[in-house]
Amino acid sequence: MKKIRKNRLYAVLFIFGSSLLATVLVLTALNQNINLFYSPTDLLVSNPSPNKSIRIGGLVQKGSLIRVPDSLEINFTITDLKEEVTVNYSGILPDLFKEDAGVVATGYYDQTKNNFQAFEILAKHDENYEPKEVVQALERK
Amino acid sequence: MNRAFNNLKTFYHKLGSSPWFYRISGITIPYVALLSFLFLTIGIVWGVFFSPTDFKQGDVYRIIYMHVPAASVSQSIYYTMTVAAVVSMIWRMKMAGIFIKSMAPIGASFTFLALISGSIWGQPTWGTWWIWDARLTSTLVLFIFYVAIISLYSSFSEKKSADQAVSILTLVGAVNLPIIKKSVDWWNTLHQPASIKFTESSSISPEMLYPLIISIFGFYLVVLLSGLMAMRAEIAKRETNKEWFKNY
Repeated sequence: MKKIRKNRLYAVLFIFGSSLLATVLVLTALNQNINLFYSPTDLLVSNPSPNKSIRIGGLVQKGSLIRVPDSLEINFTITDLKEEVTVNYSGILPDLFKEDAGVVATGYYDQTKNNFQAFEILAKHDENYEPKEVVQALERK
Repeated sequence: MNRAFNNLKTFYHKLGSSPWFYRISGITIPYVALLSFLFLTIGIVWGVFFSPTDFKQGDVYRIIYMHVPAASVSQSIYYTMTVAAVVSMIWRMKMAGIFIKSMAPIGASFTFLALISGSIWGQPTWGTWWIWDARLTSTLVLFIFYVAIISLYSSFSEKKSADQAVSILTLVGAVNLPIIKKSVDWWNTLHQPASIKFTESSSISPEMLYPLIISIFGFYLVVLLSGLMAMRAEIAKRETNKEWFKNY
């Protein structure tokens, strides 16, 4: 390799290396803040302020969903299979919201009651795709 | 061994020659056009009309046949542009500059398509058009880099300096690529992890996967086609006054 090209190669490596370093530093500094939501276990550790809106995420615990009659109000429990948080919400739910499925809730956390007052509910679905007929056939078995 | 290396070297030199590229691309474009039309039609029609309904998402999941291919090509285009940027910086090959210039708008379009189709998919399934999670945000950053590359290029009047400046910017933006890929594994996101896996079995059933693979292949062919056409146009623009072009 000619000397000038070697020097240019060093320039390429330097530019790439320095932007990589800058990005790694920024991401390390942001660390936890890049996460979209807290899991119920994170809530115990990080102790967020009750006046600041945060997001929590996990699974809607099976059998925990209670709909208040004649209203849009619901109560359920979010679990990460270790810790649990109870959630109140009143409003429209996304189609994929159901028990034993992923959920991300935005709202305020009350540590004393371990309760979360949500004002927005989003459904988090997984990466599995399966034909409807197959799943129904398997369930019949 | 030596001979194979020499062949490779000859090919590399040919790739750097605009008259050669102009001639070869002129011959291949009709075939690529035919193939991309075939694959895209089969993939999309099979996916939208004949693949089975999903057990959880119902029919809305069918947007996957556009969203995943668009997202895939949008990242791959940037990878190839990064390679071209390194070649352009070290060897000052003018075709590498032409490549970056031509591919950037194509990459921007497909990133835009991935963002829009994802947004349309997110509304009925997640319950929101947009959320600032790591996957969505890093993809938006990719789009911004494409737009920045296009505008930086157009701010130069001299092609040689434009090529060099754009190469540096492309190289800086390449850091974002692994972040997009790994964002769903490194952080909590609303976006789900990948369904198509290369090292283990995919979490999407085969009846749904086959049309998706055909569609992805179709999108890559469309990128190849539009890339060849855009590069040809750029060569014609830059070399209008060259002797070989006048005699073509």
